[in-house]
Amino acid sequence: MSDKAPLRQPASPAHVTALTAEVAGLIVEALNLDLAPADIDPDTPLYGEGLGLDSIDILEIALVVSKQYGVQLRADSEENERIFGSLRQLVEYIIAHRTK
Amino acid sequence: MVAYRAGTPVLVPQFLADVHRVSAILGTSSHILNACADRYHFTVGFAASLLSGKVSLLPSTHTAEVVRQLTAFAPDVVCLTDEADCALALPQVRYPREDAPTAPACAVRPNAAASVPQIDASQLAAYVFTSGSTGTPVPYRKSWGRLVACVREEASRFGLAKRAPCAIVATVPPQHMYGFESSVLLALCNGHALCAERPFYPADIAAVLERVPRPRMLVSTPVHLRAILSSGVALPRTDLIVSSTAPLAQQLAVETEQRNGAALLEIYGSTETGQIAARRPTHGPEWRLWPGVRLTPEGDTTWARGGHVEQPTRMCDVLEQTGKGRFLLHGRLTDLVNIAGKRSSLSYLNHHLNSIHGVEDGAFFHLEQARSSQTGVARLAACVVAPTLDAQRLLEALRERIDAVFLPRPLMFVARLPRNSTGKLPQEALRALAACARGSGTLASLTITAEHPALAGHFPGIPVLPGVLLLDEVVRMVESDGGLGGARWRIGAAKFVKPVRPGETLTLGHEPLPNGSIRFNILRAGQPVAHGVLVPLAAQQRPDHGRQAG
Repeated sequence: MSDKAPLRQPASPAHVTALTAEVAGLIVEALNLDLAPADIDPDTPLYGEGLGLDSIDILEIALVVSKQYGVQLRADSEENERIFGSLRQLVEYIIAHRTK
Repeated sequence: MVAYRAGTPVLVPQFLADVHRVSAILGTSSHILNACADRYHFTVGFAASLLSGKVSLLPSTHTAEVVRQLTAFAPDVVCLTDEADCALALPQVRYPREDAPTAPACAVRPNAAASVPQIDASQLAAYVFTSGSTGTPVPYRKSWGRLVACVREEASRFGLAKRAPCAIVATVPPQHMYGFESSVLLALCNGHALCAERPFYPADIAAVLERVPRPRMLVSTPVHLRAILSSGVALPRTDLIVSSTAPLAQQLAVETEQRNGAALLEIYGSTETGQIAARRPTHGPEWRLWPGVRLTPEGDTTWARGGHVEQPTRMCDVLEQTGKGRFLLHGRLTDLVNIAGKRSSLSYLNHHLNSIHGVEDGAFFHLEQARSSQTGVARLAACVVAPTLDAQRLLEALRERIDAVFLPRPLMFVARLPRNSTGKLPQEALRALAACARGSGTLASLTITAEHPALAGHFPGIPVLPGVLLLDEVVRMVESDGGLGGARWRIGAAKFVKPVRPGETLTLGHEPLPNGSIRFNILRAGQPVAHGVLVPLAAQQRPDHGRQAG
């Protein structure tokens, strides 16, 4: 399984890279996307025109991420747009809030 | 009480004041595209339109193409929106901000009697739209009286009359017929309170429910109900759960009732007819029709008419009448598509795909199995002949025309669609194509010529390829496929559907199965001629010791 980062400590760049690859893999697998995880540019918008995901996909990712990392996603205020703004932002959110 | 926002009640006098305030800014147009995201704003906008004799337009999606078509349908349409960045290409009326100073005439006078306006039953309240096979949305009239009759019955079915006013939390948009009836009108016409929010994540659904007092109900869909169970989030005690837009799996219904200790009722209906039947799935599969509504079979389709139904309507599902006012639901008619509760048809989608500049031929189709996932949503696939386009440009063009939920996954670019001689696309051929696109399948061309030594004498004058010859060739081709690691195979099962002549060009498709076998099928001009399964040759049976194990 994924290695655990201590909560609330800054993650090392190596750890962020590894986690990014892992989350990209989860997304591709969960959504049956027609590209390799390494092909997801960490800064490309996930929602809408970027990666072409819609709200059902976002829900799907939220559930998969919640199962894997114990993060319960919420849509309070503008958090949501930021969390799913890009793969990088999603990974940052997971690092900050994961419980698994 | 009319509504809750963040748990704070909105009382009738405030509602009426808001309605008058919005009426004043709607302008002179007689058609309003109500695009308010907030359920309370939508309801105020709808009531204001109704009071002003205007008609609300409720298309199921707001793509650029639909907006263009709405303008053709109603040239004076304006868009009522509560979002600062509404990108719809229409004249816009902005819903007044909550904290904007109100004109003195509209301020709520604390002691004013709340006088609820009466609306004539025959007044046209709204048009809803469905996707037609020619690519143009088809309008359906909704008159006020019939809408009210429909949701009064709904309240009765839900046992709401016996309860104190209920808070309604819904995950569905107010513009969709289901949300319009079961979250907006159900509240407005029966004295219940709608919640302004439209929660999305399971944790948010729980939070919105938590903030309102009981009795409270959840109006949702199979996608969200499944997500709630899947996430493990515990909902606060809820008095009623309602599901619609797509069939609810029996197990999901049972688990949802058990986890929540609340009855789960399912609604059946359509955009054209509104809701026409309900059932409690854990108590049995039969649906009970709304009063006055009748089903009439015609060939293999069923028409609904009577009661609150505006005009006789062909239903999109296979319905079996089991008694007076009762029926069983057997599934969709083949052209029709329902993804995450949004409805369309393959003809509508294909029309739009083929209307894109650069697409020579294209078709949407269903993949064989629903993709297993947390939400259970299976997408459509599409194959397309479009040598000058790439996926991104094609998807962008599609996005303008059809709802995002129908965008194809996968989207396959091919040299030629596997149409048969009558121009149809057989399912076998499409599935073989899909297997290739997944990267798990391979398609190769296979021809056995008339000179093959095994054909001598088989049969004079009517040459037919012996089945074993074909199978032998299949095994040979699969084994020489670089991607399978040099394993050896034998035939596990085979079935011959049509005779094959020597010299015919056939297509061999094969894909690995999860259990380690390989499924193969052989097609000729898109038609299946044989199919079967290969299984690994056990080690001790292998004649060639030099080969690597697979």
